[in-house]
Amino acid sequence: MTPPDFTSATEPASFEQQVALLQPYLLKFARLQLRNDAWAEDTVSETLLAALSKPQAFSNRSQLKTWLVGILKHKIIDALRLHGREVFQSDNEVDEREDPLDAMGFKPDGHYIEAPAQWGNPEQHSSSKQFFEILEACVSQLPAVQGRLFLMREWLELSSDEVCKELGLTPTNLYVQLHRARLRLRECLALNWYGNTARS
Amino acid sequence: MFLNRTCKEATAIMVAKEDRRLPWNERIALRLHLAICKDCPNFERQMLTMRNGMKEWRNYTTRD
Repeated sequence: MTPPDFTSATEPASFEQQVALLQPYLLKFARLQLRNDAWAEDTVSETLLAALSKPQAFSNRSQLKTWLVGILKHKIIDALRLHGREVFQSDNEVDEREDPLDAMGFKPDGHYIEAPAQWGNPEQHSSSKQFFEILEACVSQLPAVQGRLFLMREWLELSSDEVCKELGLTPTNLYVQLHRARLRLRECLALNWYGNTARS
Repeated sequence: MFLNRTCKEATAIMVAKEDRRLPWNERIALRLHLAICKDCPNFERQMLTMRNGMKEWRNYTTRD
């Protein structure tokens, strides 16, 4: 669906129009977190419905996006809870079973063959739009289960205990998946961002 | 020695640290390893860089 074009309107966009324009933005993050188009569309619909049914709850119109993303995150947590086991059941066993640690290059005695690269100052802010796009691409390339669990920690900001509780997942299972997700993400960022000296 | 860790083991501990509180013996073992290893501190900084990058991204996605 193409979002309607309000740019030619002379009057300022109405509350409904502003909400409607943020639909693709919300859908992008719902998809990234849920890795299931139907679930993602449902959560965005519920978010928009909630927003439009109580516009009085939104008092400060300069932060519409913040407000909507806040609602979306709650709806996404509801969806993850609802789908429980499906969230951490893999459709690609091989992909989920490989330990990326083994691919990092260790000698038989456990030493690094080559030292991990210097990525520069960790405190230096990597707040460029380019970095965020690469980060999102790398997260979307994680196997679905790893991607969901990783973003529950990093985007929804749930504790490991909360993730296990919401999904009915054992801590051991969670830690195995997060270990793989973090190492895969590291590899992807090393290749596409930190290792690329040509970046501006 | 029971507190000795290889680079591979120390790397796994540094990843685990992002998601759970380490038992005390793992914490000490990691500290000792990082003090004597020339390679692993690089990995520690990579994890810190990623943690900061994720935080920046989270703020970027959530705020107006």
